[in-house]
Amino acid sequence: MTSRTPIDLLPRAANVSRRGFVTGLSAGIVGAVATEAAGAETLADVPDRGPGADLSAHSERSRFAKIDRIPESTPGKRNIDPGDAINSKTPHQKLVGNITPTDLHYERSHSGVPDIDPAQHRLLIHGMIRKPLVFSVDDLKRMPSVTRIVFIECTGNGWENWKKADPDVTVQNTHGLVSTNEWTGVPLKFLIDLVAKDKSSNWMLAEGGDGAGVDRSIPLTEEIVNEAFVAYGQNGEPLRPAHGFPMRLVMPGFEGNLNIKWLRRLKFGNEPWMTRWETARYTQLLANGKARQFQLRMETNSVITHPSGMMQIQPGYNRISGLAWSGHGKIAEVEISTDGAKTWMPAQLSQPVLSKAQVRFQMDWAWDGKPTKIVSRSTDDQGNVQPDRQSFIAAMGTNALFHYNAQQTWSIDEAGRVRNVLA
Amino acid sequence: MSSHSKLFLAVALTLGLLAAPALGFDFGRPAMPEEIKLWDIDVGPDGKGLPDGSGAVAPGKQIFADNCAACHGDNGQGGIKDRLAGGQGTLTSNMPVKTVGSFWPYATTLFDYIHRAMPYPTPGSLSTDETYAVTAYILSLNGIIPADGKVDKESLPKIKMPNRDGFIPEPEFDPAKLFRKK
Repeated sequence: MTSRTPIDLLPRAANVSRRGFVTGLSAGIVGAVATEAAGAETLADVPDRGPGADLSAHSERSRFAKIDRIPESTPGKRNIDPGDAINSKTPHQKLVGNITPTDLHYERSHSGVPDIDPAQHRLLIHGMIRKPLVFSVDDLKRMPSVTRIVFIECTGNGWENWKKADPDVTVQNTHGLVSTNEWTGVPLKFLIDLVAKDKSSNWMLAEGGDGAGVDRSIPLTEEIVNEAFVAYGQNGEPLRPAHGFPMRLVMPGFEGNLNIKWLRRLKFGNEPWMTRWETARYTQLLANGKARQFQLRMETNSVITHPSGMMQIQPGYNRISGLAWSGHGKIAEVEISTDGAKTWMPAQLSQPVLSKAQVRFQMDWAWDGKPTKIVSRSTDDQGNVQPDRQSFIAAMGTNALFHYNAQQTWSIDEAGRVRNVLA
Repeated sequence: MSSHSKLFLAVALTLGLLAAPALGFDFGRPAMPEEIKLWDIDVGPDGKGLPDGSGAVAPGKQIFADNCAACHGDNGQGGIKDRLAGGQGTLTSNMPVKTVGSFWPYATTLFDYIHRAMPYPTPGSLSTDETYAVTAYILSLNGIIPADGKVDKESLPKIKMPNRDGFIPEPEFDPAKLFRKK
């Protein structure tokens, strides 16, 4: 049986010979040792083994792993008091794999996080239906359930780069408003059948139990009826309060704001309600002064997370890695350019590649030490290609605020410093 | 809710449960009309859902000063939170100012939003007439109704907001076309 190292499984860039690859790898390790202030020069320096801490009721992160979200506000408003924050961003630059840890899933709330006792929470379903019903959390848990891994993305994800690119930001600042979790709950279709919806009802109002009573009109397309669900589980445990405890709507592939948290009411009707959120807020102002409305689906997107903003790399071997996702379906391909979008090479996708979920991509790269730019570009199984910034801005202008999915470019200078640039 | 209506609900719920056939409501329980009313607060662009009552600009100005100006500023401008007035003519500029007057397409949405979400620390604390009055005041700040104007459930849906035609529905989810093909 042939033994293969994990590195052999990775696709190699055409310009990296086997010999050059190994040389580059050594250089990279030397570089890493130099920059990380050697903790253990020889094996003799590694601390002795010994009895560890007592077992515990639940696991905490290592004290050596510093990973946090960062609360932020509108574009450019960073390093703010949490009391002034309107969202809290996922640290993609410190994460691996496809799934976002539950406590690091991004958060966007419009009136804080309510402290809801599930025993006192109720879901009312009424409107154009035959049987208006009230459900408790336990009622929902007794029903047939679905479990699905999906991304949820705030429509403001990427909004730092509409008008300019602040160089000193991380991928957490630019793309921290998308995360992927496994959610468990009751199919919307099951609830619709239970309440005997009128055939003529094709819009649904979903309303939250937060102070703002956030509400959105949802078109009952076949796709939405078949895929939406009312979730009470998140990565195997009850929803976290920040993510809608005790129940929320999950709308795979659609605007984060439609995934109503702390869900307490579903009302069936036959036209949209024109709530503040779908008129004054989550609409996209174009250059001609008109605003796109009901742009409900999240677009085909990707971003390189390693290396990314504010990191520093060494010449030689570098692994490029990132995340890709699409509200249209599965990611079919991710390409990476290491020469500022002149030439592209295919990246490897981590399995499984799921519809409307983030997938990690990676590629080997030998950096020659010369200044350059790295970019990723995703394509989904419906044929949608993530646009370059120039054509994206030509179509959307720079005032849209939401639904930014242009390709993200990171520049690398002669010292290996990685910075945010427009293209 | 008064203790009287709580008693009504309790009786109604018991009767409802007893009357339900064994398999009729396997999950949940019937929602009673009286309790639905408590939560059924949404207002549509045609005015559906607007309650009886009315409010004028003048009392609205005082209610705004007492409940809203701390965040939204005097006259709906210059506060720490969303600007509510002005901004007309800025939507094509590099610094668009989106306010009720420059951007919001429906006056009904203003009533709905104030009623459900404002004032931020105590949402729903304004009475129906107070909510109409604040709505009237914000509309008057934007020159949409006169300083001696008032609004109610008849007049509010008839107001044509300055940016009413400023929205282009995404073709995939255009309410005018969706579900009409079959």
